[in-house]
Amino acid sequence: MPEFTFPARFEYLDEIRDAVAEVARTGGFSEKTIYSLQLAADEAASNIIEHAYEGVSDASLFMTCDMRGSEIVITMRDQGKSFNPTKVKEPNLKSDLSERQIGGLGVYLMRKLMDSVHYESSKSGNLLTMTKRKE
Amino acid sequence: MEISTQEFKHCDLISVKGRVDSATAPQFAKALESANDNGRFKLALDMSQLEYMSSAGFRALLAAQRNCKRYNRGEVVLVQVPERIREALELAGFTELFKTFDDTVAAVGSF
Repeated sequence: MPEFTFPARFEYLDEIRDAVAEVARTGGFSEKTIYSLQLAADEAASNIIEHAYEGVSDASLFMTCDMRGSEIVITMRDQGKSFNPTKVKEPNLKSDLSERQIGGLGVYLMRKLMDSVHYESSKSGNLLTMTKRKE
Repeated sequence: MEISTQEFKHCDLISVKGRVDSATAPQFAKALESANDNGRFKLALDMSQLEYMSSAGFRALLAAQRNCKRYNRGEVVLVQVPERIREALELAGFTELFKTFDDTVAAVGSF
């Protein structure tokens, strides 16, 4: 399984989204779902860069993106601080403008857009696995 | 991402093109803030040529809406929101925080 290595910087989000789109398009996903997959991958990578690698400028993010049967599996690995997106509290989407939270939105979108979001942290780093079945 | 601002008598029309993500959202937020710094709080945001927006862009929108609506001095309205972006905004519960318009004339005229 090929693993992409990206510098953990926001300027590389474009390339991360492109890599996901290419696999998803070859796998036969609709353009609507490809957008969702790109958004979920972007949010996941943004969180790694912003939280796991907070204050680190020369880090790398390792991504795999593959079709397994009718499912796309995206993994992201980092060697930064443990940041578990599955533990982030859901934002209250009903609260009014003044009380609306700024944080937690990216994680919320990841969970909504993907079928599953799994996170594990070990000595060797953190691994995020997201899957989505073809509609 | 490209951003341009056109001043009308009653509002500013801000056009954003391309992609707004964590890399470009600071520039997007800055354009909205600079309108506010110039005393402009009635903003119509033309999204017709926007290809992509992540939650980083949503956060900038939220901050701008808060700032514009303070003291009832204005608001941010969205114009020609592309379908995929509208779906994501809906998922984030943002559609009820912003008025949306199908064309710029109606949006500019609403102020």
